[in-house]
Amino acid sequence: MGDGGVFLFVIALLPFIGALVPGVMIRAGRNACATFTAVPTALALILLMLLAPAVLRGEVIEAELVWLPQLGLSASFFLDGLGLLFAAMILGVGLLITLYARFYLSGDDPMGQFYTYLLLFQGAMLGIVLSNNILLLLIFWELTSLSSFLLIGYWKHLPEGRRGARMALAVTGGGGLAMIGGMLILGNIAGSYNLTDILASGEAIRASEWYLPALILILIGAFTKSAQFPFHFWLPHAMAAPTPVSAYLHSATMVKAGVFLLARMWPALAGTDAWFYLVATTGLVTMVIGAVIALFKDDLKALLAFSTVSHLGLLTMLLGFGTPAAAVAAVFHVINHLTFKAALFMIAGIVDHETHTRDIKRLGGLARLMPVTAVIGTVAALSMAGIPLFNGFVSKEMMLEEAAHTAWFENPWIVPALATLGALFSVAYSFRFIVHVFGGPVRDDYPRQPHDPPAGMYLAPALLAVIVVLIGVMPFLAEPVVAAAVSAVTGTEMSPYLKLWHGLTPALWLSIIAVLGGAVLLWLHRPLARAWDAAPRPEAKAIFDAIMGAAVRLSRMISETLHDGVLSRYLAIMVAASVALGAIAWSGGGLAAPTRTPLPVPPVVAVGWVLLIVATASVVITHRHRFQSLVIISIIGLMISVGFVYLSAPDLALTQISVETVTIILLLLALHFLPKQTPVESSPARRLRDGLLALAAGGGVGAVAYAFLLRDVDAISDYHLANSYEGGGGTNVVNVILVDFRGFDTYGEIIVLGIAGFVIYALTEALLNGTASRRLRQIEYEPDRSRDRHPLMMVIATRVMMPIAVVVGVYIFLRGHNQPGGGFVAGLVISIALLMQYMASGFAWAQARRKFEYHSLIGSGVVIAGLTGAGAWLAGKPFLTSAFGYVHFPPIEEFELATAMLFDLGVFLAVLGAVMLMLHSLSRLARHAGETVNLEPMDFDPRTRAEAEADGKGG
Amino acid sequence: MEFLVASSIGALTAGGVYLILRLRAFPVILGLALLTYGVNIFLFASGRLAINLPPVLSKYADTAYTDPLPQALVLTAIVISFGMTAVLVMVALGAYLNSRSDRIDMDDEPLDRDDEPGSEEAPK
Repeated sequence: MGDGGVFLFVIALLPFIGALVPGVMIRAGRNACATFTAVPTALALILLMLLAPAVLRGEVIEAELVWLPQLGLSASFFLDGLGLLFAAMILGVGLLITLYARFYLSGDDPMGQFYTYLLLFQGAMLGIVLSNNILLLLIFWELTSLSSFLLIGYWKHLPEGRRGARMALAVTGGGGLAMIGGMLILGNIAGSYNLTDILASGEAIRASEWYLPALILILIGAFTKSAQFPFHFWLPHAMAAPTPVSAYLHSATMVKAGVFLLARMWPALAGTDAWFYLVATTGLVTMVIGAVIALFKDDLKALLAFSTVSHLGLLTMLLGFGTPAAAVAAVFHVINHLTFKAALFMIAGIVDHETHTRDIKRLGGLARLMPVTAVIGTVAALSMAGIPLFNGFVSKEMMLEEAAHTAWFENPWIVPALATLGALFSVAYSFRFIVHVFGGPVRDDYPRQPHDPPAGMYLAPALLAVIVVLIGVMPFLAEPVVAAAVSAVTGTEMSPYLKLWHGLTPALWLSIIAVLGGAVLLWLHRPLARAWDAAPRPEAKAIFDAIMGAAVRLSRMISETLHDGVLSRYLAIMVAASVALGAIAWSGGGLAAPTRTPLPVPPVVAVGWVLLIVATASVVITHRHRFQSLVIISIIGLMISVGFVYLSAPDLALTQISVETVTIILLLLALHFLPKQTPVESSPARRLRDGLLALAAGGGVGAVAYAFLLRDVDAISDYHLANSYEGGGGTNVVNVILVDFRGFDTYGEIIVLGIAGFVIYALTEALLNGTASRRLRQIEYEPDRSRDRHPLMMVIATRVMMPIAVVVGVYIFLRGHNQPGGGFVAGLVISIALLMQYMASGFAWAQARRKFEYHSLIGSGVVIAGLTGAGAWLAGKPFLTSAFGYVHFPPIEEFELATAMLFDLGVFLAVLGAVMLMLHSLSRLARHAGETVNLEPMDFDPRTRAEAEADGKGG
Repeated sequence: MEFLVASSIGALTAGGVYLILRLRAFPVILGLALLTYGVNIFLFASGRLAINLPPVLSKYADTAYTDPLPQALVLTAIVISFGMTAVLVMVALGAYLNSRSDRIDMDDEPLDRDDEPGSEEAPK
């Protein structure tokens, strides 16, 4: 990647970096804001100009940053003639618009926001024209839709602005989705997502059977973006945007993205019948319809919008012809349309700004009041009409020339006739723009007395008007740029000649017909407009609204059927779907013969199994009596723990039994507040359905388990067993896996556990401060409660147990690396020891003796584990690589110290903190609910009674 | 032995599924607890069953060991499922205290308030 490549990255990034500028600079004033907004654009333009000579010589500048090469994802950019042309247009017009918007926006408009959106759009648009990876291009493509949405809805207080923004997003965003599909197909055919590779494999693409679907999908994307019929309707509604936006996005750049894409994909997709009939026909129809509607619009911006639609149709049609000469005309017209249309939009903005109306019927005679504006507007409009000496003439001639040679379904006259008709209407509305706005007598009923705006406002359109005339008189000035761009479009070296006078060609005659006919149409405008208004015609917006309404109704119907707030229904659907999928998978393949012989069943194990099955059934049967079912469910947990012991999983047994304990405590605490009974609510049929579903699910899972238990499998565990001692320094492989092999998982899990603890804490806070708080206070407790809530026996027992339990916890923790145990189990054991104190002596008493915040326990656990992992970096190893060594103090046997133990300490602290925080939160609820607060360790303390009696005797 | 484990998984799953399809929060929590047991044993069993072969390396003998990886996965699953149960319990509790009903389905019918006397065990 040479210097040019670096420049390319900088050019692509500058607008995005620049988007941060206005937000900072707006406080320095509007002029400073506009000036500094122009800086990144200007810088990018200068860099582009530095690259331009090489590109005009025919070089292609490339830059690539590989990201995920396996998926074909890379940030790669390239600059060829086409990209140069569009990038220069985007940046150049961007500068002019920045200047113009400074004067256009009023003091009340948030200008910083505007410039930020504008630069975001600029960056996205530049990205489209510079991308060398179609996936990257798609991202930028969607970004333009989004930034256009923001800009159209810039005046948030205007309902038409919001509606227009939504419509534009729905149409162009929807088209973008279609295009994603098309691009993926294209990438699949070409075997690469690199644009240059795709363009090089045009033959293969056109021969592929997936060509047509890809073409149609990509065309939908391009047509929606470039407002081609029947997707043209969003563009006029986007005119609710401030005029600088209309001039920039909706005439000069964004709407040309579709045209750009057609030009870009030309070598890969063009040249087939499907391309010609789809693209050229759409373009032709759009050109004519747009031109006709434009003539009958009274709103200046609507007129220009439909004129833009028409000209975009013209460009599409030219590209659709698929001949190199037509491509030349298209590229040239892109430049010309940009100059005159952007100027016209700015003029329309000036008129609106000065007279406070855009209604042509209320305007007229402005030539005398606003001479400068009138001159610029007239020049630009004459170019739009295609009058000689203005640049629009040259490219329109070329268009008519191409149209004259084109047969449509072997019909030689229909394309030239329709193209001439479009040109004719184009002349008519252009003349109307001049005559009805600037011509005629001065009126005295303008909403505001107009005069020419400050120079800053007409500078930008004036500059464009100068270019219009320059290219119009000396078309060869544009030759180098057009040549480079067309060479890029067609993929072959081309050097077109652009000249003003082609001789008495058929195109000239068609042009003369168009101009004369246009003049006649304008003369007949009044009666024609009356007829137009009276004629019934389909209203695109109404159709769009109807379609959107239907789509919304459909999705509402679907989501309300499937997602209606009935949780049990979702769960039933989920279970049924899982069972069905499992059944399908099961029926798909046969079952190999069993390879394992079943293990024998000793009688004790059979007893345990019977207990488990009976307990499960009992939980289901007695679930309405909640307390009872809670007691029974603990039998299941106990049996599972015993099963783990029997089946060589001592770590699991330890964990299961301790988790079982805290879970039951938790559920008991919760049940304290919940109803103790579950009412019968579901019908017998419903219960039958649920039962069948449950039996199907259970039967399926059991069958799968039975099937795989009898068959062997290749496991990766040999690696763990072989490396546990040598690599991890521990003989308890399960623990080494937790703290070493899969330490990153464990690290994530303690974070999740910590988050769960904090969530519960936060929920408790919310409950205690919300409406539930009042209800908590109203809970009435059952009268048959024991008055001796903190019995002597229990208090003494737990006090005695406490140090023993702590020693057990420490022991389990320390031996964890080599024997069953470890941080998880130790954390649970210690928390049970603490919980016993809470249960025995009550919340307040235990709380007063707590030394550490549980929050900070969780935090320090996560931090210790994280630091231990990060410590490996100091040794130059990856995160969480453990180190260990052996230490020998004479009286004690040699023992091992491993960093994994420090990590396990983090696990221990996080588990302890999380479990305690959860249960502690629940007990806070109880305290809030009016539990009496005890300051003494037990309710009836014999010692105090004895003292009291002694006092009594003494006194 | 294999049949006992598989049938336990099946029974726990069936019981869990039946309970999560109930209409009140508490049975659903119980059902999830049963499902958790079932899933954990299922995962554990994927390492196949072995008796007296704990994955604790012996320095002195060259013996076989059972598969340690599913055990490590299940160990964290057990602890995490406790966290999940606790959050669920808290959410259910909050919902009950706020709406005065522990029904899990949203519907337009008036809620069956548990605080009204006699509403519990009300025959349908």
